[in-house]
Amino acid sequence: MSEATPAAGHPEAARRPAPRDTPNDDDLRALLPAIEPERTLDDWGRSERVDGLFDRTVSDFLYRLWFRCEVAGVEHVPAHGGALVVSNHAGALPPDAAMIAKAIKEEHSRGRPLHITVEHFFKGYPGFSMLLPKIGCVPAHPANVHRLLADEQELVLVFPEGRKGSEKLYKDRYRLRRFGRGGFVEAAMRAGAPIVPVAVVGAEEAAPIFAHLPALKRLTGLIYFPITPTFPHFGLLGMVGFLPAKFHIRFLPPVHTDRWADRSDEPWQDKALVQTVADEIRDTIQEHVLDMVARRTSVWL
Amino acid sequence: MTPVPSRRILLTGLSTYWGGRLAQSLERDPAVEAIIGVDRTPPKVALDRTEFVQVADSHSHIRRIVEAAEIDTVVDTRLVVDSIVTTPHRAHENNVVGTTGVLAACDDPDSPVRKVVFKSSAHYYGCEQDDPAFFTEPMTRRHPARTSIERDIVEAESAVGEFAERKPGVTVTRLRFANGLGPDLRTSWSRLFGLPAVPAILGFDPRMQFIHEDDIVGCLEHAVRHEVPGVYNCAADGVLALSEIAGLLGKPFAPLLPPVGTGLAAGLAKRVGIRLPPEVLRQMRFGRGLDNRRLKAAGYRYRYTTRETILRLAEHQRVEPILRGAQSQSYRYERELEEFLRYSPSVRPSARLEAGAEPHNTGPREAGSAPALDDLEAHEIIALLPSLDPHGLRVLHEHETANRARPEVIAAIERLHPWEDSP
Repeated sequence: MSEATPAAGHPEAARRPAPRDTPNDDDLRALLPAIEPERTLDDWGRSERVDGLFDRTVSDFLYRLWFRCEVAGVEHVPAHGGALVVSNHAGALPPDAAMIAKAIKEEHSRGRPLHITVEHFFKGYPGFSMLLPKIGCVPAHPANVHRLLADEQELVLVFPEGRKGSEKLYKDRYRLRRFGRGGFVEAAMRAGAPIVPVAVVGAEEAAPIFAHLPALKRLTGLIYFPITPTFPHFGLLGMVGFLPAKFHIRFLPPVHTDRWADRSDEPWQDKALVQTVADEIRDTIQEHVLDMVARRTSVWL
Repeated sequence: MTPVPSRRILLTGLSTYWGGRLAQSLERDPAVEAIIGVDRTPPKVALDRTEFVQVADSHSHIRRIVEAAEIDTVVDTRLVVDSIVTTPHRAHENNVVGTTGVLAACDDPDSPVRKVVFKSSAHYYGCEQDDPAFFTEPMTRRHPARTSIERDIVEAESAVGEFAERKPGVTVTRLRFANGLGPDLRTSWSRLFGLPAVPAILGFDPRMQFIHEDDIVGCLEHAVRHEVPGVYNCAADGVLALSEIAGLLGKPFAPLLPPVGTGLAAGLAKRVGIRLPPEVLRQMRFGRGLDNRRLKAAGYRYRYTTRETILRLAEHQRVEPILRGAQSQSYRYERELEEFLRYSPSVRPSARLEAGAEPHNTGPREAGSAPALDDLEAHEIIALLPSLDPHGLRVLHEHETANRARPEVIAAIERLHPWEDSP
């Protein structure tokens, strides 16, 4: 953790008068609202009841019986402090996020909860807006990620590919899209949190997309309207009609972002560095995904 | 900058709920010499020693009050943030034109004002789909203001911000309040929570944050009593889902508004007496959370969390139907009576003074000649002596003997004194 690099030692900081209304991060961390035990929701809107129910039923069924997840390297997820989990993304209604969260909950020694960042589109879509925060999803905003990582010291899952990953067609499977502009590296550096790359295999076959219907996308206001083996001809239920592909989840050794702290006070300002680190992480995940695809003998077993 | 406590305070918007409450709690502090409140309408709460001047927020009137009363602190609580209480035009007059007027009144180079506290609103941030879950103070809105109230608040805030930049010697505090709730506060939200069921938009369960009315006053008072320059979010700890709030109030959660065509449905709701202004509708969809830690770091401790605020409101809602008839003798401002109580020599001091405060507002501290004389060097005083008349010489002689008693000064006065030769 690179919290030990405040700007105080910097000559620039010594010369200019201390900003009188910006208390430092450690002070602010101590001032986070106390937890009210009577509440069943947290400040992000996660509901113990709904999350627990979802975890015991849908998540558990998919994790154990349907996808039969095989997990490796879960010890790379730190037991304490904030960490940014970064994964590849696939599937019409991507099941990978829930499976990664479940894998950490089941296999990790401390079973930490994972906050899943989702596009803010869902915050504006009726139904999703109500349900997703209840099961631990937060809108992907740099300020949200920073608060979770740096202030609340939580685990956060991001998909840098975003919807470019989940909307890609079956013929493009396991070819990772662009990793944005490296915003996730910037967020991790700023918070001094390690990045844990994750490679997931199976989601592409569980909910493959064969084509898109732009007209229906506009009509429903969704971010995309796919044709999958079960959707739209089986109706809304077809949306969760995953094929029983076998899941492999591999957690990779963490990338410690405080490694660049000595270069400058604010390494995240160095866009070239951020982009390089993002590309390296993308290449690592791509490499491991291809390795896992090469090793598996069957998509289903 | 050495923090000097505020002694002579001007409250603009005395007749707003917050202005009145703040005046009441400042009155209890004996260190506060004078509290002067201005507003267009008479105050709605009983005040012991606050002087009320019924003027609009025009800059020339306020400037005259500021200079005449040597005001050192201006607290601006006028801002209208609830669009159901007024028309957009009046709100603009009050929020933008009024704020620039108040600021201009403090803008003189030799103005006595050292501190300006501005009550703003979290509507400054707006309410959008891509908002962060917790707004921090340096954040600005990414989208243009959607309603006239929001536009007004952004304009008023930027005027205050420019004032702060232009006048580095003045402590300018901007407090952005979340939606207020409490037994005495009537807002759009408290009206909605008073309905038999808590209305919501189908498919949305927004995250809501409130602040208790006592904490609103507390935050304002904290800004008056301490040096807290800058912008601060004021909101209670804890962000609750709307359904959670309905549960705490013991009312059903009623997602009756359709997600599409919500504005149309709000128009229909208005017909049956349920007012859903656009700011409330946006919050019902996307919710809003504020990061309140900066004000906590500045030393303020909130008395209530959002959950406790809702519970207090629920308690009040249970008692309210029983008390409704009994609260008929509400306060009404009578100018003659208030002036009699404050200034008539017939009023006994004990009747004026309650809670050990000074009987009424006191005048500006006299820039006394006495201490100034003691600071002068002996030869300076001697140089002054020929310009004094006999009476002045006598007073000076007495003063010098009583205070520093420098022999050379006394000797010089005695050399000139004509009054001992006369008998």
